[in-house]
Amino acid sequence: MPLTLLKYGLRCSYPSRPFLPDEREAKSTYDVVVIGGGGHGLAIAYYLAQDHGIRDVAVIERGYLGGGNTARNTAIIRANYLTPEGVAFYRESMELWRDLSNVLDINLMYSERGHLTLAHTDAAIRTMRWRAEVNKHLGVESEFVGLDDLATLCPELNLSRSVRFPILAALYHPTGATARHDAVAWGYARAAANRGVHILQETEVTGIVREGGRVIAVETNRGRIGCGRAVQAVAGTSVQVGAMAGLRLPIQPYPLQACVSVPVKPVLDPIVVSGSLHVYIWQSQRGELVMGGATDPYPLHGTRATLDFKESLTMHILELFPFLAEARLMRQWAGVTDMTADFAPIMGLTPLANYFVDAGWGTWGFKATPVAGKRMAECIATGRQPDILKPFHLERFRDFRLLGEKGAASVGH
Amino acid sequence: MSQIYRLAEGGRIDRSRTLTFSFNKRKYQGHPGDTLASALLANGVSVVGRSFKYHRPRGIVAAGVEEPNALVQLGTGARTQPNLPATMIELFDGLSAESVNCWPNVDYDVGSITQWFSPIMPAGFYYKTFMWPARYWMAYERVIRRAAGLGKAPTQPDPDIYDKMHTHCDVLVVGGGPAGLAAALAAGRAGARVILVDQQPELGGQLLAERAVVNDEPALDWTNSAARELAGMDDVRMLSRTTAFGYYEHNYVALLERRQTGPSNTANGSRERLWKVRAKQVVLATGAIERPLVFADNDRPGVMLAGAVRQYVNRYGVTPGPRIAVFTNNDDAYRTVLDLADSGVRIAAVVDVRTDPVGELPEKTIARGIEVIKGSAVVRAKGGWRLDTAEVMALDGSAETVTGSVRRIPCDVLAVSGGWNPAIHLFSQSGGKARFLDDTACFVPGASVQAERSAGACNGAFALADCLAEGLAAGASAASAAGFTRKSRRKKPAADTVGEAALRPFWVVPAVGGKRRGKHFLDPHNDVSVADVELAQREGYESSELTKRYTTLGMGTDQGKTGNIHGLAIMAGMRGVDIPTVGTTTFRPPYTPVTFGAFAGRDIGGLYDPVRVTPMHRWHVNAGAKFEDVGQWKRPWYFPQEGETMREAVDRECLATRNAIGILDASTLGKIDIQGPDASELLNRVYTNAWKQLAVGRCRYGLMCTEDGMLFDDGVTTRLGENHYMMSTTSGNAARVLAWIEEWLQTEWPELKVYANSVTESWATAAISGPLARTLLGELTDIDLANDAFPHMSFQEAHVAGFPARIFRVSFTGETSFEINVPASHGLALWTALMDAGEPYGITPFGTETMHVLRAEKGFIIAGQETDGTVTPIDLGMDWAVSKKKDFIGKRSLNRADCVRADRKQLVGLLTENPKDVLPEGAQIVSELKDRPPMEMIGHVTSSYHSANLGHSIALALIKGGRERTGETVHVPLVGGTLTATITDPVFFDPEGARLRG
Repeated sequence: MPLTLLKYGLRCSYPSRPFLPDEREAKSTYDVVVIGGGGHGLAIAYYLAQDHGIRDVAVIERGYLGGGNTARNTAIIRANYLTPEGVAFYRESMELWRDLSNVLDINLMYSERGHLTLAHTDAAIRTMRWRAEVNKHLGVESEFVGLDDLATLCPELNLSRSVRFPILAALYHPTGATARHDAVAWGYARAAANRGVHILQETEVTGIVREGGRVIAVETNRGRIGCGRAVQAVAGTSVQVGAMAGLRLPIQPYPLQACVSVPVKPVLDPIVVSGSLHVYIWQSQRGELVMGGATDPYPLHGTRATLDFKESLTMHILELFPFLAEARLMRQWAGVTDMTADFAPIMGLTPLANYFVDAGWGTWGFKATPVAGKRMAECIATGRQPDILKPFHLERFRDFRLLGEKGAASVGH
Repeated sequence: MSQIYRLAEGGRIDRSRTLTFSFNKRKYQGHPGDTLASALLANGVSVVGRSFKYHRPRGIVAAGVEEPNALVQLGTGARTQPNLPATMIELFDGLSAESVNCWPNVDYDVGSITQWFSPIMPAGFYYKTFMWPARYWMAYERVIRRAAGLGKAPTQPDPDIYDKMHTHCDVLVVGGGPAGLAAALAAGRAGARVILVDQQPELGGQLLAERAVVNDEPALDWTNSAARELAGMDDVRMLSRTTAFGYYEHNYVALLERRQTGPSNTANGSRERLWKVRAKQVVLATGAIERPLVFADNDRPGVMLAGAVRQYVNRYGVTPGPRIAVFTNNDDAYRTVLDLADSGVRIAAVVDVRTDPVGELPEKTIARGIEVIKGSAVVRAKGGWRLDTAEVMALDGSAETVTGSVRRIPCDVLAVSGGWNPAIHLFSQSGGKARFLDDTACFVPGASVQAERSAGACNGAFALADCLAEGLAAGASAASAAGFTRKSRRKKPAADTVGEAALRPFWVVPAVGGKRRGKHFLDPHNDVSVADVELAQREGYESSELTKRYTTLGMGTDQGKTGNIHGLAIMAGMRGVDIPTVGTTTFRPPYTPVTFGAFAGRDIGGLYDPVRVTPMHRWHVNAGAKFEDVGQWKRPWYFPQEGETMREAVDRECLATRNAIGILDASTLGKIDIQGPDASELLNRVYTNAWKQLAVGRCRYGLMCTEDGMLFDDGVTTRLGENHYMMSTTSGNAARVLAWIEEWLQTEWPELKVYANSVTESWATAAISGPLARTLLGELTDIDLANDAFPHMSFQEAHVAGFPARIFRVSFTGETSFEINVPASHGLALWTALMDAGEPYGITPFGTETMHVLRAEKGFIIAGQETDGTVTPIDLGMDWAVSKKKDFIGKRSLNRADCVRADRKQLVGLLTENPKDVLPEGAQIVSELKDRPPMEMIGHVTSSYHSANLGHSIALALIKGGRERTGETVHVPLVGGTLTATITDPVFFDPEGARLRG
């Protein structure tokens, strides 16, 4: 690929071969219909084709590829969760991430900057030790570090003892990473299309047709599309799409806002998170500081930006990095997150025999894109819940087998 | 070389004073009224920056916020500001600025070698390269990060102050140009409370750049009289140097006022002020932003916007160069031509893409003998460091190709105009959708979503007469909608109408021979060219959003204020659809970048978050206590004596409490006063145990669950009277519990007659605990403290040391304890009295750490330490506090399959094999030890301490099926080795409770 780039460069013209697939005419029926053309949906389609040879697949997207939460998240990838179930799942995701640029032949800018979760209280220290221990047991690099190590890992942090909530220690996750979020959707889209998957943008699902406990078709603004199986991967509208299939998903939508600063020269290497101060921050390759905080305190479907978000976020940022007062905030946006009661996703089989869900991704969906895609594809192909997905089954809410990942969520809720 | 391009006269600068400033370490001069940009142009500085990706030399393009190139680093040290547009920096004496993104300097930038590689750096090239081998990306990234990023952030905390103002008004007018002034006048005359904001140092907006006439006098005279009239109105506030940057829900508009224009000085108060305005009605009069025409190497220094050139001449008395050519598709650029000619600047030629420009202004131009090259286009800007030649070719009829021979026009500046884009950013932020006007080829506001209206150029009404008329109408209707309809007999401003011919929508000059040479920049800030957008489209990034993300078009600090629409036009052309079908960008706040400092305001450092302290805090400080943050509270953690380690201090405090008497400041415990006939019913519903039979004067320990049956909070509640309870909560959860009760009362149980009220800060609480506690209290009160007169879990009102007090006999230490509550103002006096009277008994103040050890010895839980939102009361072995009969929040969940599993994690005690080992809290427990992970984890340590009283370490843990495993040996593998422990009952001390009942 670098050679081709050089070749085109010397010729001063670039290939007209599309990187993303041409828009196609929708067929009347597909074996599998994937509702949602974000990272997860496209990854499901890719792994269906790649791992299971199921190529008669359509991905249906109401807007543009990766235009939902794939475009709106802050691109942080980590596996230092609290429950063994969560850690095992995200560890597999990180293994897939590491090789993904080569697999998809697109530079996802996967960058293991290291991830620091700051502790400002005794209680936070206890949770971090707990997380570090669980992580180590499951083979995830994670350690509890004191102030001396912190001063080396992130010398920019204000480690003064005379601030309101002094930093006491941190959970350090050396393999914590970031990736170019848009490119993930593009990479999966291309790889899926190259394997025969149809990707239908600007196609909105308006209804799901059922017959005898099975889904037989989806209604769209382009007409009815028949299906042998269907899966939904529609973060932000999971409840509505689930309802079309007659499912009541235990999810509430909360907006999560984020913003970036004007680009500046490198000032920050690791990803820094403070749960007590409701803030996370890292610096992109372009020099923008990428920042987020707590979800909005009330359920809402809107993606509006608010002023109080910026006010509280910046005061927290300045508490950690007082030298940034002259940095300027450039762009702000929001996504709608699907929150579940136990801060863990809902994946796999549903009461409908041939309908699958990939939902409840709250504020942690991007990092799971590869593993969710791979394992959901397995689930759809085999009709069985893979072991690694068993803890995330929808049924857990009936039986109350909740997971309790709240302690490991990086943002406040 | 001093101000060689300063015109002999004109402009709104103060020529009587000269300011000295430095740019890239060279000294220059300018005048008050200049911007850094106008002063640099006056001094003939053409290259002011380097571009983001290719490091190409760049000059000043614009005169306002839309400037994409001239970004500078202003000042040095702690106050340095990166990436400010030179066009928005008011000149002051001693100003010092430098170009960003170049090394060693702007003229010889090593980074510019990247432009030789530009053929292999098309849009999205990052995605296609730097990935062999994949693990090297991190190394590439380091280099890329250094090359990107523009300016430098300061390294020191900012010494400046930022503050905030909250205000309301009837009519907020954004923009102090002709439309905004007219609107403010109309609204003010109608009697409304008006706020008029403008981002410039003086009112007038576009009039500052024009030689226009209003009411038969120079427009700026009218501006001045309008400003005077507004200043004379009681209820009108005018804010200059103030940018409305965010339009939020319910007409909530955020403004940023720049209050110090010279060097910052904290002695002058705040540097910036964030205004938070809630307006009944908003009038948007935000004007328009000129857009360029795109041709080869259109980023060459010297290529500028025509309106900006006019502004430099008319407002600053500067010509950007001695020989100026003009390239346009509309009549407005002819104003620039005529004004330049009037100022004696040589016009090289006017190139107009229209074959027959028929408006008044082109006719005047031609009549003055200035050459107008019709039906033609500039195909390329040539020159070295700056423009020296514009290459012009004829357009064919459809404007799809250029034909004929190349005509070379020598010029230093090329003033370009592709028409104007209404500044609809705030309208878009308000939630409105734009609509496209075909004749002026621009987006204008569609239907209003909030109580808002647009007037003037931002509404697509570009002519001055229309701006004034729309402004007056909008101001009057906004005032009327806000309830103000007073009629005014004042003269309405009016201007003559100039006969302007239509513009010809035109975006990108066709390539010579169909093959594009050189770079055609759409977004000079991010170095995005026409070829990049075309490539993105060919590669399948069809949606305008995808193209934007792939190419980074419009994502720079200027947020694409000049070139975004060209991108849409190119996409529309390639796809054979019209521009509105391709779409428009949704503008999000902020309109221009805003400092973190302004958003944070004063809520930093010492004012970051309130510190809550108890009435006894001063005593603790004097006693040398170490403090712990518990929520917002500062609680004494332990009281070390001289030379003591924490462990020694805690051991001493623990022993003293068990053997004599300890005293704890428990004022931070949440206290909720609950009153009403349904008070018992409320408690019965929120607590897991039964409350209806509790006698007046008795206390009961209760557990609260969330709906999912998981423990949420615990505490002792006392029945003070028939319908009156005092609930206590954990310190950290006090507000949450009250909010929880309120939520249930207001949303689910509105029929209950009961009120809950926080009284945490009304009472100070001193808890005395230990075998001598009763003796001490007996000395300070005259009530009967005998065990049967004042039993465990009961309450009495009495005087203690002369203060009216509520005494609760409850215990969290396992010793006989009295929690003495007095009105907060007596707290310190009570504490001091207890300390004085207790001295003979060896009274020992203890902090939270000792409290934790003592309660752990007793196996008492702490909500939030033994629980994490997944633990039920049954898991904790507290079935005795869970009613089987009555209903309560969480009851149904406790019967769910998963909540009755036998192998749930249950609370147990752990004793280490070596009594000296203290297990780390959070450590994982395994039953079967292997050489290395993974091992099956069966639980974790929640609390762990050295117990001085017991002489060994103790720990509490949650272990799967733990109660059944009592007596089993488990392992705790740690980095430094494995510890072994035995599972025990969680109560380590006085399991019968003889001491606390005694």
